[in-house]
Amino acid sequence: MRIKDPQHLSKVQKECRAALGKFPKKVIVCCGTGCLANGAAKIVTAFEDVLSKRKVKGFSIEAVTKTGCHGFCEQGPLVVIEPQGTFYTRVKPKDVEAIVEKSLAHDEILEPLLYSDPSNGHKIERYNDLPFFSMQRRIALRHLGKIAAHSIDEYIADGGYQALAKVLTSMTPDEVIAEIMASGLRGRGGGGFPAGRKWRTCRDVVSDVHYVICNGDEGDPGAFMDRSIMEGDPHGVLEGMMIAAYAVDARQGFIYVREEYPLAVTHLKKAIDDCEEVGLLGDNILGSDFSFSIRISRGAGAFVCGESSALMRSVAGEVGEPRAKYIRSVVKGLYDKPTVLNNVETYVNVPLIIDKGAEWYTSIGTPSNTGTKVFSLVGKVRNTGLIEVAMGATMREIIFGIGGGIIDNRPFKAVQTGGPSGGCLPESMLDLPVDFDTLTEAGSMMGSGGMIVMDDRTCMVDLAKYFLSFLVSESCGKCVPCREGLYQLHAMTVKVSEGRATEADLEKMEKLSEMIILGSLCGLGKSGPNPLLSTIRYFRDEYLVHIREKRCPAGVCRELITYEINDKCTGCMACISACAVNAITGEKKQVHVLDQEKCTKCGACYAVCKFDAIEIH
Amino acid sequence: MNHDFGKLPEIFGRYDQSPASLIAILQDIQREYHYLPKEALRETARWLTIPLSKVYSVSTFYNAFSLVPRGKKVIRVCVGTACHIRGASLIQQQFESMLNIKAGQTTPDREHTLEVVACVGACAMAPIIIVDEKYHGSFSVSNVRKILKAK
Repeated sequence: MRIKDPQHLSKVQKECRAALGKFPKKVIVCCGTGCLANGAAKIVTAFEDVLSKRKVKGFSIEAVTKTGCHGFCEQGPLVVIEPQGTFYTRVKPKDVEAIVEKSLAHDEILEPLLYSDPSNGHKIERYNDLPFFSMQRRIALRHLGKIAAHSIDEYIADGGYQALAKVLTSMTPDEVIAEIMASGLRGRGGGGFPAGRKWRTCRDVVSDVHYVICNGDEGDPGAFMDRSIMEGDPHGVLEGMMIAAYAVDARQGFIYVREEYPLAVTHLKKAIDDCEEVGLLGDNILGSDFSFSIRISRGAGAFVCGESSALMRSVAGEVGEPRAKYIRSVVKGLYDKPTVLNNVETYVNVPLIIDKGAEWYTSIGTPSNTGTKVFSLVGKVRNTGLIEVAMGATMREIIFGIGGGIIDNRPFKAVQTGGPSGGCLPESMLDLPVDFDTLTEAGSMMGSGGMIVMDDRTCMVDLAKYFLSFLVSESCGKCVPCREGLYQLHAMTVKVSEGRATEADLEKMEKLSEMIILGSLCGLGKSGPNPLLSTIRYFRDEYLVHIREKRCPAGVCRELITYEINDKCTGCMACISACAVNAITGEKKQVHVLDQEKCTKCGACYAVCKFDAIEIH
Repeated sequence: MNHDFGKLPEIFGRYDQSPASLIAILQDIQREYHYLPKEALRETARWLTIPLSKVYSVSTFYNAFSLVPRGKKVIRVCVGTACHIRGASLIQQQFESMLNIKAGQTTPDREHTLEVVACVGACAMAPIIIVDEKYHGSFSVSNVRKILKAK
């Protein structure tokens, strides 16, 4: 069936709503990557099994909805019973029968499956009462965990493609751009460049062809919001791209997806096919003059392809090397044509801005950082997952409010934002509002929104070494400052971590960093030294302890620590089998002995010991 | 190694006969043969009428491609930041010393390939490893032996 025009779309919306309203109750099974890895597919099968045998009045398997990521991956697989909003965590296939029998047939609550607040042990019944959800403001994640990820019907029923209809019938491209500019929407990929200004520039370039690209090459390790949005709300991304295409007069769009995200590709492909079938993509969309199609381009595992000019080369089937941007890619981008490139989270905000207006959007966040930002809150924090807050929330609110504090009540040490281009901020910065400008000022950056929390057992030297080693292997090698400079920085950090560095090395590192920042061709090199510089800036003492005392206070740097077995050892032999080099010997029920000569300090024994019998010195 | 290259025309047929399709074609070849056989690269260059050197340069630039055959079981250890601070490097070392290979290599008997990946986007379940597309979240060093023994 083809949707002919906006009136027809509204009619289809009513029909879809009616079809969904058939069942008074709905079961939502989270099928984001996290929950799937925890066995969500088996939960769905279990519902199919149970419901094929047991009939529940007013309910059928059709009302079991597979949605995108709820964000609370750690507690998965998650099941929600609507409309009550009963929230079940860590559901196993064997629990499904009880859920059907008690919660669906009789409105009862299954207490053991409820979430229990780690601070006081209280069971929480409803989704919206969990601090993890109640403290959030979900706009970009509006459909995740709410509608079936792969269903165009559910998207349309929820008002989907109405924003597209609105721009096609009642707004000129210039008005669309003006609205986006007025909303203050800034690119969510990292730099925070105003999206409206980018669109304006692109439209103003006279050319027979304009392109629109969605950057789904979420390369920052520790960030997975774009993945979840592409998987859980593919139509939201497509609609945002369509509106952008209308605004800049593009007929062809591309979505560049990381190769590590196969489920995102599947869902986007399905969404594109469905749109083509009903005429929301293709020629004369909704009976207008606007024609647009979208292709998926799969990345092949190169971090540098998140950079605009490298990404565009990769879309064209070439090696993803960046070019010097004397002329920006918005003017001369893909195949040398003017190209708008925004990331997934940016596009998914667009339909809502058009729908509710720029004024509504600017009422959220702060004046120069409007709207919300999605973060992946991970690391040594209690509640890990995907969260969305209004811009300007403090890191303390995020980490200790939504995140519930640090695992095992250990002391907070630092939070890393911005991935390999960002930095580490110490406890004294926890009350800073999170927005593009404040984080940059503090020596870190927003990046795509990874927020990695660290406790006292994370070594800052090791972390800097980690990021540098990542960047050394991901540097494309085209320009010398990045290729050779980062290599040398990494070598010097290794020296510090092995206790071979002097204080003069520290100064050398800072000087070399400055040079790399000045001389590199693209953002990868220009921001590459940030993790190192920010850790030297805020944790200089820790570097000095490594240099002067040849000690790693966090007990991480291998050359500076030894493992020892104390008398808490019960002789369980777990460490003996974990040791790959046979450095531990001993009999059952007798204290084991560790041979320092053989020990490679891999830490395997420490990780498996349940009795705190392995000590790090 | 001898391969049946009869699949190649079908793979080529999925995309436009244009240099822009190069990466997509190589991805499909990699999926089919689990690496990029030399002969397949030659055929690709011929099909797209581009120099073999260009095909080679793209194949060696991107991490997803391998020019050597891989093992029956592919173990990928995520070493993203969230996994790193929850001990991913210990897991990597444990696999390396138990298999006696480095990350990126395959055991001489072609049973196991060990790879590291920068981030698989499942950070809430760190540390994580992926064995033949199956995710193992909250992975512990003590489970390494079990993974290697499993058929």
